Amino acid sequence: MIHIEYILIISAVMMFAGIYGFLTRRSTLAILLSIELMLNSADINFAVFNRMLFPEGHEGYLFSLFTIAIAAAESAVAIAIMINLYRMFTSIGVEKLKNMKW
Amino acid sequence: MNSQNIMFVILAVFIVLSSLATVLTKSIVRAATYLLFVLLGTAGLYFLMGYTFLGAVQVMVYAGGIIVLYVFSILLTSGRQEQLSRNTVGKVLASAALSVVGLGVFLLMLFKQNLFEQVAVLGAPSEPVGETTNSIASIGHVLLASGEQGYLLPFEAVSLLLLACIVAGLLIARKH
Repeated sequence: MIHIEYILIISAVMMFAGIYGFLTRRSTLAILLSIELMLNSADINFAVFNRMLFPEGHEGYLFSLFTIAIAAAESAVAIAIMINLYRMFTSIGVEKLKNMKW
Repeated sequence: MNSQNIMFVILAVFIVLSSLATVLTKSIVRAATYLLFVLLGTAGLYFLMGYTFLGAVQVMVYAGGIIVLYVFSILLTSGRQEQLSRNTVGKVLASAALSVVGLGVFLLMLFKQNLFEQVAVLGAPSEPVGETTNSIASIGHVLLASGEQGYLLPFEAVSLLLLACIVAGLLIARKH
């Protein structure tokens, strides 16, 4: 039998790995990968709470679906920004990003 | 120990090791590949819970769409080999300490408070495995219903968001 705590531990490890990566990475794309990790762990939590605490409802299920769609939109715009950054600085590291507007 | 438990243990080890490797590896292409493994493991977790449609969406959108987009943009923007994580020792230690302490506080809270008693068990003998109310037909009905339990408004908001995202992506990434 799989208790809810076990899945919550998995998603917590994923979340804090994402936080560690977000704080230590120097490339914006690697930071975005860490953000995807954190979003994914939140998705798991939504689905697990729905499945195990309220199995007759579907709120968490649909929240996970919408979160996946929003993650796709977010990463598309972020990657567009990074390609633009690469055109301007020929690098996507965080060191050269000092101004919000040029 | 039945097959569901064995599958869960395999998935758990796979997900935890891959998510640690995602943030610890030196090469960004490898990080994206490990993230792909994490997302596939998550899809396996959804399948294990009986949420097959959610698992399929996870595989299609995340593993099929987002990771391909990432690898594409990594290859497009990797001019010279960059140092992925060049930090002072103090910053690495502070970040690691923050993550470990946060995880410890979370685990302590989870096991001290005893939030979920007997209800929250997957694969209990009283409950049929893989039988959920969330069939694709009921998901479709809920997604497009406009009543009190319906999700038509967020559905339309997401479609607007995707449209705005297409326009923004084209506008930002075009050549000047």
